Amino acid sequence: MSDDHSILRLKDVHYQWSGPNAFGLTILDFHIKRGETALLLGASGSGKSTFLSLICGTITPHSGKILVDDVDLTTLSNGKRDRFRGDQIGLIFQQFNLLPYASVLDNILLPLRFSPSRKAKVDSPNSTAARLCVALGLPQGILEKQAGTLSVGQQQRVAAARALIGAPPLIIADEPTSALDAATQTVFLELLFNQTSANGSTLLMVSHDARLADQFDRVVQIADIVETTKETV
Amino acid sequence: MILRLAYRSLLARALTVSMTTLAIALSVALFLGVEKVRTGAKASFADTISGTDLIIGARSGSVQLLLYSIFRIGNATNNMTWDSYQDIASRKDVDWIVPISLGDSHRQFRVMGTTNAFFDRYKYRSGKSITLDDGAFMDDLFDAVIGADVAKTLGHEVGDPIIVAHGLASFSEHKDQPFRVSGILAKTGTPVDRTVIVSLKAIEAIHVDWKSGIKIPGESTAADVIRQMDLQPKAITAALVGTKGRLQVFGLQRAINEYASEPLLAILPGVALQELWQIVGIAETALIAVSAMVIVTALIGMMATVFSSLNERRREMAIFRAMGARPRVIFGLLILESTLMSAVGAVLGLGLLYVGLFIAQPIVDSAFGLWLPIEAPTLRELWILAGVVIASVIVSIVPALRAYRMSLADGMMVKI
Repeated sequence: MSDDHSILRLKDVHYQWSGPNAFGLTILDFHIKRGETALLLGASGSGKSTFLSLICGTITPHSGKILVDDVDLTTLSNGKRDRFRGDQIGLIFQQFNLLPYASVLDNILLPLRFSPSRKAKVDSPNSTAARLCVALGLPQGILEKQAGTLSVGQQQRVAAARALIGAPPLIIADEPTSALDAATQTVFLELLFNQTSANGSTLLMVSHDARLADQFDRVVQIADIVETTKETV
Repeated sequence: MILRLAYRSLLARALTVSMTTLAIALSVALFLGVEKVRTGAKASFADTISGTDLIIGARSGSVQLLLYSIFRIGNATNNMTWDSYQDIASRKDVDWIVPISLGDSHRQFRVMGTTNAFFDRYKYRSGKSITLDDGAFMDDLFDAVIGADVAKTLGHEVGDPIIVAHGLASFSEHKDQPFRVSGILAKTGTPVDRTVIVSLKAIEAIHVDWKSGIKIPGESTAADVIRQMDLQPKAITAALVGTKGRLQVFGLQRAINEYASEPLLAILPGVALQELWQIVGIAETALIAVSAMVIVTALIGMMATVFSSLNERRREMAIFRAMGARPRVIFGLLILESTLMSAVGAVLGLGLLYVGLFIAQPIVDSAFGLWLPIEAPTLRELWILAGVVIASVIVSIVPALRAYRMSLADGMMVKI
């Protein structure tokens, strides 16, 4: 059942954590259209991390389908899923995005090392990285700097450049602005939106901050799509 | 790129990484050093005597005879009579024979009585002859030729008088008959360097006033008088023999070992050296085992360092995973790091070895008469270095597997 307009689609997905804090998670139906910017709102403990892990394919659901770019992740082998993630998804974390000991350039080029298809889309990696840095408002000559020496705001922009390089169809940002102050947040989001649409990519951002909502095409409450169950087994 | 990242990552942890590398380097240097000393000692021992077909002495053990006659280690339990010596010397299968008489000392060095034939017949390092650095061989009765180490240690020069002490580490000296240094030998790297060589007759001469190892009180014969006396020795300690042909060696050996009038022993130096190495071999193996254990300890230390770094590097692994790296990339990265550390350690260890050799060479030479050659690494040493690196790869599999599992479980979501 392919849907040409969705970049991401989850159908009847169920995942069960084991261990002392075991809980189950069910997503009946969720999808994002290509080119959309979507904000997923939810407090911590709402199953946000599990949800992202499922989309990125680092965990596999016990049942259901997860389609990224019309490929069902659940049918792929572990190795193929890792490769697929590198090809399709650019990730920005809340914090500590970069390898602190490596140069900014190496950090930005890292995904190309694991994704030949993204590498193929970049003619000249170094100049592409430089161009992205300029577009994201980073100062000249930052590429040679060691990533650990940058400010948090700069680090998040470098992380954005890394997620964007090679134009993966889906950009996932996990609270990328929570470590930034309000003014920087707005600028950062604006730059992110611009570059995402320039790439023709889809942006899925997860946050607990409802104030960001009016900047997105679509806002979804996690609670509306995810059903969590505390198991007492 | 991965290689550069691994290098940068190691650089970022410079302190622990350099400590670990240093430990590996030291252990490698120790192991190679032990190897050098071992092979050096073996070569030095084997080089000590050549060209001599048989060593003859009073019946004891073959290793003992070799040790006291050539290496000046230990003492003869008995002497062989001058009559037997002459009898053997007159045999037609004997090409040449050199008598040796030991038992006296000069300071910490042993005195050996022999004939000037010794300087022609004694060969070392596959056929090299003894040469003089200064002066001449013995001419007068009280002339002494001293080895290079004797001259260097005691500061003797040609013409200096020296007094020989009775026995070894003894306080009773042959003061009445002082010797004169007539020649100083060039360095050989053999026990000859640490020997004072006098004529066989001189050994008799200084014992004229002695009986059963004790000086007869009040008696002192003047040197002039001694010169007039018949100084034919009654006994010698050992003799070096060359046969007319290789084939006669075993016949002569059997004849001497079955010598009727007194119990004698003839040994082939090469065979006795082999026996000696069999005895030393056990200690040798123990030494290698201990230094190998030191390498193992250093490698386990490295494993511990890698283990303890894993927790603080979970974030780093998560980033790799998020970029699409499979867990086996994480595994490979850790193996790569260990390989880099041990490879640098091994090369550094080799460097330390050469620095150590450079410093220790003269010290070891003068203290033990052991010449450690400074040469390019042998194939065997290179294999040892490769072995260390391979062992480090094997050892690092354990923490790498743990990192593999951690990154599989963490995925990209690490809460720190």
